[in-house]
Amino acid sequence: MSQIGSFALLLALGLSAYSFLAGFLSLFGKDAASARLGETARRAGIATFAAVLLAGIVLVVAAFNDDFSIAYIFHHSNRELPAAYKFAVLWSGQEGSLLFWSLLLAGYGFVLRLRYKTDQRLFAYASVIIASVQVFFLLILNFAAHPFAIEQGAPPADGTGLNPLLQYPEMVIHPPMLYLGYVGFTVPFAFALGALIMKYPGEKWIQITRRWTMVTWCFLTVGVFLGAHWAYAVLGWGGYWGWDPVENASLMPWLTGTAFLHSVMMQEKRGMLKVWNMALIFATFLLSMLGTFLTRSGVISSVHAFAQSSIGTWFLVFIGLTLAVCSFFLVANRSHLKSEHKLESLASRESSFLFNNLLLLTVCFTILWGTFFPILSEFAQGHKVTVGPPFFNRVAVPVALLLLLLTAVGPLLAWRKTSIESVKRNFLYPAIGSIAVGGMMILFGVRPWEDPSYFYATMAAILSALVIFTVISEFLRGGRVIAGKSQQNLFAAMLQLCRRNTRRYGGYIVHFGVALVVIGILGTPFNKEVEKEMGFGDKINIGPYTLVCQSYTQDDNPNYANEWAIINVFRSGKLITTMFPERRFYKASGQPQTLPRIYPSFREDFFLVSDVYLVYEGKNETTGRPIIKAHINPLVPWIWIGLIIMVFGTIVALVPNTAPVRVPATSPVRAPAQVGAGD
Amino acid sequence: MASNKFQRRPELQQSPEPPRSRGRAALQGHVTRTKFRWASAPARLFQVLILTAAIFLFMGAGDTDARFKDLGHRMMCACGCGQILLECNHVGCTYSDKMRNQLLASIDRGNNDDLVLQGFVQEYGPTVIAAPTATGFNRIAWIMPFVALALGITFVIYVVRSWRNRPEPALADGIIIPQGRELDDLRRQARRETDL
Repeated sequence: MSQIGSFALLLALGLSAYSFLAGFLSLFGKDAASARLGETARRAGIATFAAVLLAGIVLVVAAFNDDFSIAYIFHHSNRELPAAYKFAVLWSGQEGSLLFWSLLLAGYGFVLRLRYKTDQRLFAYASVIIASVQVFFLLILNFAAHPFAIEQGAPPADGTGLNPLLQYPEMVIHPPMLYLGYVGFTVPFAFALGALIMKYPGEKWIQITRRWTMVTWCFLTVGVFLGAHWAYAVLGWGGYWGWDPVENASLMPWLTGTAFLHSVMMQEKRGMLKVWNMALIFATFLLSMLGTFLTRSGVISSVHAFAQSSIGTWFLVFIGLTLAVCSFFLVANRSHLKSEHKLESLASRESSFLFNNLLLLTVCFTILWGTFFPILSEFAQGHKVTVGPPFFNRVAVPVALLLLLLTAVGPLLAWRKTSIESVKRNFLYPAIGSIAVGGMMILFGVRPWEDPSYFYATMAAILSALVIFTVISEFLRGGRVIAGKSQQNLFAAMLQLCRRNTRRYGGYIVHFGVALVVIGILGTPFNKEVEKEMGFGDKINIGPYTLVCQSYTQDDNPNYANEWAIINVFRSGKLITTMFPERRFYKASGQPQTLPRIYPSFREDFFLVSDVYLVYEGKNETTGRPIIKAHINPLVPWIWIGLIIMVFGTIVALVPNTAPVRVPATSPVRAPAQVGAGD
Repeated sequence: MASNKFQRRPELQQSPEPPRSRGRAALQGHVTRTKFRWASAPARLFQVLILTAAIFLFMGAGDTDARFKDLGHRMMCACGCGQILLECNHVGCTYSDKMRNQLLASIDRGNNDDLVLQGFVQEYGPTVIAAPTATGFNRIAWIMPFVALALGITFVIYVVRSWRNRPEPALADGIIIPQGRELDDLRRQARRETDL
């Protein structure tokens, strides 16, 4: 079995190397021979996908067959591991996840190479660049982190098992989503670099990659949020974001990718920010690679304890080479990237995009800086320092609030120039509404002047409300116009409005989702927690809830033994639910694991929903009594609802527009007016 | 059979004061109620003194709790889990309870925040502090993001200015781009006719 996998990997390396070299050589000629050579390179790229897919299938089959002669399977699986997790073994360790990276990249390359007729020349450049990245990963897989390495001696009877933290349903989805995001940015990167090298005229490359970029961004968003949800639902510390270096590594390309999605619109609409967009997509790709480097190299300590090995050096060299190539072409071909228009006013959509980019990059820089500062400190002072949540919260949160303000204001500004009259007209009611939200918070007892965290929470509530109200007002305004002209009801009119310009209104829906996510986060300063030893009938009073310990029970299955606490949750004397916080002991790995239980109180208080979050922490050895830790985490469920809305908004933005409706002009104008044109 | 596997935090056995071994949980239940009879002046004076003492005790308890929370969130668990001290719950952690007890003891001794943190740095090294201090080289950690923001703003302003000062691109003969009032009129017309 391992021999088939090894052979497939070697074959994939040969094919991708050929795809790169032949493709590269074919770019220099314009005769029929070069075209034929280019075609063989394209087909070799397609065949690479088949070879890497075969290697991936072999590894999964080996996991299902409990082939512990393969070291990777021995270290990441065991006989009693449930089937879904055996499938997840593919990305549970270093070698497997690199193979998965390579497989996804080959998959993206496969689709790209099939669609090459869109623009053969540009696709040929992009294909060569993707093949070069593919060669890099296959070199590592073949020579530094081989997933089919054989375990020394006789094959073991059973494996050491999968890390208990990874034995959770979300872990079957989270890594693929994150990787689809990381790897996916290779495609717009390849097109951008290709367009730069060949001095591709116009902005067609952006139109070609727009859907790739948005889909990739959506995958990365889902991946990041699923990671946060996994931390919340599995790690049991009551939070969802700990500013761990690997969490940071996933957030950085997301931030630059988001900046790119916005600023690229300026290039499409106005032919501006061409150098900037190139730099952004290069940075996004490099940050994706940096994330992989951080996870693998061990250069920075992280709770994501993947095996740490020498492959960090490979990544450093690759990142350095890529940076050098990108910088060279950016400087050499800068004349090709001259802006076609000028900025006419600071009060314009263009300038809001500029500041949006600035703030996104500031947050990204802060995270990058904080993540690497321990290394810098060790170099300068001789000892490491910790840069943890207090640093990131204090520095990144104010900038993020400014960003939220721009999210609210930006869509109200017109391209080129916005009159003060129009800003007033569009902004007045959302502003009044958001200030009313701030006032209500103070009325309900939040004192923003007492503590910085309350201040930030109040500001975040005001600004989120502003975003929500501006989005609603935009839909209502456009919907009313269409309803007036077409005699439809308002809802149908808003739906039609959305269909006419899916990108614009899909974007608004994404902004709405972002505002909900922020609302979910702003509940943090109001969290409550109580930790107590609980015997039968003991109570914990926390917030409006009374938790009563009903009983404890145990169970056993081939994979793990477990213990549950049975806790009744009362509110105003009424039983609202029974919760079962759990502890497991995994037999193969010999590791224990807590599994919190979460009850979102949607039925009791919909808008101000809280999570009742219970953790069974184990027994106090002195008293022998079980310890329960209870958290009340206000508003957290809105984070996950916000994510769903963000994904929905992205899907809407991906749907093609219906034909714009032409409105008859009442007097001659230079061009027919169109409803729903422009973003 | 499996229950002994779930035993946690063996250092609790070494703790001389079991109620405090659970850190913040031990802070609960400090306040007790006493019934008073308002009879004579000395008794009233005594009651006032008791009440004052109780208030101070209560304030002290609240202050200790707040400081415990604050300081506990400014330190990392030294076990290497990468979590904030008061948030470390990882199974089998041999540090967090010990550190929580030390923190509580240090606060009870009346040490100020700096002294408490210094004690931890001496015992566990500088990585125990969750964020760089605002002194010496570490100050750069705090300054740089704002320097980057300031440089970014300067750069954006420079770009905007250079764009605004750039001459209009040349147009083909016969094409006149509307400016000023003419443009405003057209914008008004467009708005009226599309009402968007």
